[in-house]
Amino acid sequence: MKAGRRVRDAIGQIQGAGAPLARVESAAAETQDARCCMTVAPQALRRCAAAWRLSGRSPAPPCSCSAVRMATFRHKNAKRIEGLDKNVWVAFTSVAADPTVVNLGQGYPDVPPPSYVKEGLAQAARVDRMNQYTRGFGHPSLVKALSQVYGTVCGRQLDPFKEILVTVGGYGSLFSCMQALVDEGDEVIIIEPFFDCYVPMVRMAGAKPVLIPLRPKSGMKTTSSSADWVLDQEELASKFNSKTKAILINTPNNPLGKIFAREELQAIADLCIKHDTLCFSDEVYEWLVYRGHQHVKIATLPGMWERTVTIGSAGKTFSVTGWKLGWSIGPEHLVRHLQTVWQNTLYTCPTPLQEAVAQGLQKDFQRMGRPDCYFSSLAAELEAKRDRMAGILCSAGMAPVVPEGGYFMIADVTALNQDLSHMQEDEPYDYRFNKWMIKEKKLAGIPMTAFCGDDTKRQFEKYIRFCFIKQDATLDAAEAILKNWSQQTSV
Amino acid sequence: MLRTAAVCGRFLTPSAFRTKVTMSRQLHARRLEGIDKNIWVEFTQLAADYKAVNLGQGFPDFSPPAFIQEAFCKAVGGGCTMHQYTRAFGHPPLVKILAKFFGRVLGRDIDPWEDILVTVGAYEALFCSFQALIDEGDEVIIIEPFFDCYQPMVKMAGGTAVYVPLRPRSGSGMALSSADWILSPEELEGKFTPRTKAIVINTPNNPLGKVFQKEELQVIADLCVKHDVVCISDEVYEWLTYDGAKHVKIASLPGMWERTVTIGSAGKTFSATGWKVGWAVGPRRVMTHLKTVHQNSIYHSATAAQEAVAVGFQREYDCFGTKESYLKQLPEMLHHKRLRLAQCLQSVGLQPILPQGGYFMIADISSLKVDFNDPSAQDEPYDYRFVKWLIKEKGLATIPVSAFYSPEHQKDFQNYIRFCFVKENATLNAAEEILKQWNIRELK
Repeated sequence: MKAGRRVRDAIGQIQGAGAPLARVESAAAETQDARCCMTVAPQALRRCAAAWRLSGRSPAPPCSCSAVRMATFRHKNAKRIEGLDKNVWVAFTSVAADPTVVNLGQGYPDVPPPSYVKEGLAQAARVDRMNQYTRGFGHPSLVKALSQVYGTVCGRQLDPFKEILVTVGGYGSLFSCMQALVDEGDEVIIIEPFFDCYVPMVRMAGAKPVLIPLRPKSGMKTTSSSADWVLDQEELASKFNSKTKAILINTPNNPLGKIFAREELQAIADLCIKHDTLCFSDEVYEWLVYRGHQHVKIATLPGMWERTVTIGSAGKTFSVTGWKLGWSIGPEHLVRHLQTVWQNTLYTCPTPLQEAVAQGLQKDFQRMGRPDCYFSSLAAELEAKRDRMAGILCSAGMAPVVPEGGYFMIADVTALNQDLSHMQEDEPYDYRFNKWMIKEKKLAGIPMTAFCGDDTKRQFEKYIRFCFIKQDATLDAAEAILKNWSQQTSV
Repeated sequence: MLRTAAVCGRFLTPSAFRTKVTMSRQLHARRLEGIDKNIWVEFTQLAADYKAVNLGQGFPDFSPPAFIQEAFCKAVGGGCTMHQYTRAFGHPPLVKILAKFFGRVLGRDIDPWEDILVTVGAYEALFCSFQALIDEGDEVIIIEPFFDCYQPMVKMAGGTAVYVPLRPRSGSGMALSSADWILSPEELEGKFTPRTKAIVINTPNNPLGKVFQKEELQVIADLCVKHDVVCISDEVYEWLTYDGAKHVKIASLPGMWERTVTIGSAGKTFSATGWKVGWAVGPRRVMTHLKTVHQNSIYHSATAAQEAVAVGFQREYDCFGTKESYLKQLPEMLHHKRLRLAQCLQSVGLQPILPQGGYFMIADISSLKVDFNDPSAQDEPYDYRFVKWLIKEKGLATIPVSAFYSPEHQKDFQNYIRFCFVKENATLNAAEEILKQWNIRELK
């Protein structure tokens, strides 16, 4: 209410010695609290007008009153973003930014990207033309490199100009799919646990998210691998209806690390074809596949190319998440709508970054299938880190679910029996656990319920997600904390 | 039939589906209706196909200043963090310096964490503004001629665009300067209705080059305040003013800070359009909504580019107003190019309108009569046909100005084409050659 008092004081001053208008305005402008504005406004309106009349000034400018009035009605947000303001990354990134906290939360490497990729960018930036606008739907050398790499992987000819769109990260591709192809009143099926942005993006497109959870295979009380988590086929079939516009899948999955097997994808494909729905396939972790597993592209299954948009990411491919470059690949009749969205939202992505990614892709395309190809070498490096991470989580008494792919691992913290009843009650257990862990143990993860809907919170609230694409020093520090867990137990 | 085909899909060969749309219902969302055409996609391709001397799309063909290129290279060679995610609403060093820099320009305290959003170019700042604030049925006033993306963005947000044109001042002779193109205050007032949510202004203006004077902005401001409307102020060319014209920020007028989103661009500031770093600055209660859109659409723009722009702004903060300042050097350099192009156009019989600011100059082509002989472009406005002919027959790329007008007013403004003069001398020489050889006078 401080600001409200300031407005009243300022009005008082006008009534008295004629305070400058600017002071009243600035007091109103400083009113940060909308609630305060709403209580102040009616009185302020009347008193301000009266004060001006009394002070003999004319004409009474409407500005201060309107500044206060503005907050009460007109400048509220558009309906499409109602309720979408919370964001787990915005919330936890600042908390984990404390340098004394070992950050296994947000999914980015603290290992350097391959040197040839960095050098590619430095070189590109030195070329004049590379500092100016390039082709809106994707820098020519990049879309050509993508068509080569993915043409080979998919076993088909890809038109670089009509079947590919370069976007600002995988995020940008997801957003383009939703805005282009999902309408108000549509339903979009999302498999839980899901990367948290899927639901807000579906809602922003005016559509209804329909959730279906992965569950441990029947009979399993504890699971040791992401492969143990499966969809119930009847339940999945029941989610499809005439309003279903698309199903959004993520393989390898974030946060679970599950890689959908061919049969599982076939079951989804069959339903897509039967119900005539689209498929958005988020495959940003496609190269991070561990031994014994294979990444399958649903777009390669019969009948699926023409109804699937496949999403990839330079950030995850080359360990450069800060470059924010991704791509959508699909048939022209779908991609052209994503391009329409693109030309009306961002128009084009940064040029030198695209050039550098093009060069990186060319280089690794030549080496594809060989152990020195970064796509393979990164997976090999991460497998060791994965196994190490699983071991040290166990030593703390947590029960990790070893992922088949990706760079996250979830761990069940039930066995730790950590009492958190003293903390904010309306938050799920994992949010409280993670905050407690950051504060008491100086270790940050991400709470698993950030990746699920309200109905499944109970199922997931004993899990924390840990990111293991971290340098050895970070894993050492995490190990020190986790190995000493039971000795340090407080509260 | 399509549905049956889809169900049988597995048993047909893939080639049977290659050209068939397999979904029986509409694929694209309704919000895309009517916004699929895009002038840049069309004309950039044409200019490239014909290898034309390109005075069309607005980007410099000279290099960005050395200090900014070095800043980028340094960022790229820097530690791990330069290549990983940064803060969603803007890389901390960048938002801090933007707050300081623009705080000094505006004479107010700007909170780097609450009042600033860094975006992927000014384009995304515009997108976030419309998506955050415009609902179905809201009206948005757009001053014509306007940068073409405003209209489809308003449409995509479900809003209705209401247009008010700048017109050449009536009276003494031809309107030879962008300053001669003005709004009618009565006409402008008439456009405000109870449904008006926002007005978009662009100063210096693209394509005309008009720099709105303080009095003109005051008229707009008074109406914004009276009707309680948000102002989206696109100021990407804010440093490029000529002949003593002064750029005025509408957010600095009384009552306007709390209702204005001011948009800027590193690409236009530092001649590095390919970096796609822009920003929106405004009061917290409005910016919070732009942030919601941003965090749910692209999350953030490239870290290293933001770092380099931060370094650039720190340098400019320190040498602001001195002759070392790039913000001073660039308009001085462009001042001459602008005059040179104007003289060249005049000498060959085209009538340029001298811009007070920005990257562009428009020229009146109504005195020319050209036989286009291009049946493919029959239904298009005259200037579209002229520009295509100019690219194909003469190898010179420009942009038709009716692209910057509403569908309802396009037919009244078909006689202008837009030139970009932010080009190195070799390009301007080449353009001059083409124009001189053309011998336009013979065509009259």
